[in-house]
Amino acid sequence: MSDNLISVNNVCVNFDYQENFISKKQKIHAVQNINIKIKKGSFFGLVGESGSGKTTLGRAILGANKISSGNVIFHDDDKDYDLTTISKDELKEYRKKAQLIFQDPYAALSPRMTVRDIIAEPLEVMKITKNKQETDERVREIASKCRLNLEHLRRFPHAFSGGQRQRISIARALVSSPKFIVADESVAALDVSIQADILNLLKNLRKELNLTYLFISHDLSVVAHVCDVVAVMYLGHIVELAPSKELFNNPKHSYTKALLSSIPSIDPEKQSKAIELTGEIPSAMNPPSGCVFKTRCPNPGHDCKGGDIEMGLIEVSPGHWVDQCCVISK
Amino acid sequence: MEELLKINNLDVKFDTDEGRITAVENISLSVKQGEVLGIVGESGSGKSVTAKAIMQLNPGNTIYNDDAEIIIDGENVIKFTSKEDLMKIRGGKVSMIFQEPMASFAPAIKIGDQMVEQLLLHKNIKKDEAKTISLDMLTRVGITDTEKRFNQYAFELSGGMRQRAMIAMALSTMPKLLLADEPTTALDVTIQAQVLKLMKDIIKEYKMGVIFITHDLGVIAQTADQIAVMYLGCVVEKGPVNEILKNPKHPYTKGLIAALPDVNNLEAPLKPIPGNIPSPLERPTGCVFRTRCPHPTKEGKEGKIDMKLVEVEPGHWVDQCGAKCG
Repeated sequence: MSDNLISVNNVCVNFDYQENFISKKQKIHAVQNINIKIKKGSFFGLVGESGSGKTTLGRAILGANKISSGNVIFHDDDKDYDLTTISKDELKEYRKKAQLIFQDPYAALSPRMTVRDIIAEPLEVMKITKNKQETDERVREIASKCRLNLEHLRRFPHAFSGGQRQRISIARALVSSPKFIVADESVAALDVSIQADILNLLKNLRKELNLTYLFISHDLSVVAHVCDVVAVMYLGHIVELAPSKELFNNPKHSYTKALLSSIPSIDPEKQSKAIELTGEIPSAMNPPSGCVFKTRCPNPGHDCKGGDIEMGLIEVSPGHWVDQCCVISK
Repeated sequence: MEELLKINNLDVKFDTDEGRITAVENISLSVKQGEVLGIVGESGSGKSVTAKAIMQLNPGNTIYNDDAEIIIDGENVIKFTSKEDLMKIRGGKVSMIFQEPMASFAPAIKIGDQMVEQLLLHKNIKKDEAKTISLDMLTRVGITDTEKRFNQYAFELSGGMRQRAMIAMALSTMPKLLLADEPTTALDVTIQAQVLKLMKDIIKEYKMGVIFITHDLGVIAQTADQIAVMYLGCVVEKGPVNEILKNPKHPYTKGLIAALPDVNNLEAPLKPIPGNIPSPLERPTGCVFRTRCPHPTKEGKEGKIDMKLVEVEPGHWVDQCGAKCG
């Protein structure tokens, strides 16, 4: 039995794009050659700016996006699911085991359903419970695990604040007893005081229910706090991958360094020494050749500018992988 | 230095189907020329309502108290009713930058036309002059290829570029006061760093007064001179930014600072503020923070202490209840 729950091998996701019906079809390279392994029981972080492909990768792992090449394997206790060749019945089984928590708790909950119905819906759709009584029992159990007041189950979502709504979304994701959770920007829409509360809840649930998380966020300080391993994405590629402490204390890639320096410090005397990146993330339709970061790199090496260095991770210290361009091109 | 804006005893209430809601209660703030006032607080704390009161942009069911004053250049804008008077503030003396730049540009009108239109409304100039000013301003905020951008629509620009265009548009009429409502919240950190630097440079150059509204204490620390912390419609603490962030007195301010994930200390546990912000329909009497206060005094917990700011250090004001229990 392997220690990994998810293995992502050379995954690419491309989308077809056609500006209008006479123009040529183009390909958007959303995710390029990703290799990651997510250990059982770990908190795997994925950071990057908008347009870096983090959500697409998360969806591909859940089987919600078509994978163009490569494969994703989910190692269950007794069985491996290969998402590229998965059958319809297997996919149904897989859905019970892998769930998603959405970003915006205001948009994710139907305003016309009571909280009880929202949480019970996956049980009914997946036919996990046999009768109403069993469903109610399961709903109450998971609601109290997510620290929801049981009296609230009869109310509608509009009566709740952002933090409570996010707890309802979490309860719905967990009700089918999944093993793997993709949390896509799950705290981005929340206030700081509530954000800390939800993060603590996710952490506690991991221990209690033996969960494995893929935590997608653009907020590095949040990722630093909850994740064990962090991958930094830029324009569809992973540019750096390391245990979070190592990544934050000893970043190697110039993009990671710039991201870290851009977090505004709450000490007014520590005026920001942000490594300013000029320009914006290029279009994924025609990414730069060679190193994808070269158009914004603050200190590109000679070979890098020429575009000779292909993207590829190399291991600089145990478990710390960096895109080779920033290591060899000095 | 000259005071640009003075808000005295402002209450803002809304008449709704469920009753009268208090959104802002007894706020007094002031902004001097060349000064940046940061307003922080959670959603529902009344930050945006305060900013909209200055522009008189709150909806029709808004009720202001009679003795409230919002004084800009010696005139009380709350008493303004005619369109001409309101035009003098909106986009004239005061400009506003909104959070979501996609929603604040008209989608079917070219960026350039929108910039020219507002200049023509507020300044007595010709169309080609307005275009020159707009193009200059776009260059000033770091947009390249301005002639091309001028003729594009909002959806053709990226998020960072749109927010720059929004800033250019807000500044082109040379307002005395700029209201920035969460201007960088929708942006990525690297773009946020670019936009903040740009705003700081421009504020310094034009010596305007700024109200910077955000929920991000880090952004406030990097930009503001003065800070006001709001909770449930009340200012619970205000003073110079250095003093407030280094030496917070109110338990809510302390809670906000403690809830931030600290990048320099990854081992530190995250400390949320317990409980939820109460609904404005169930506003606590007395100290508004008493339902979530971690260690309240006896009188404070029973709601016997009224909200009132007291000066604990020169320039550092704290709500009297919070000063006792904090």
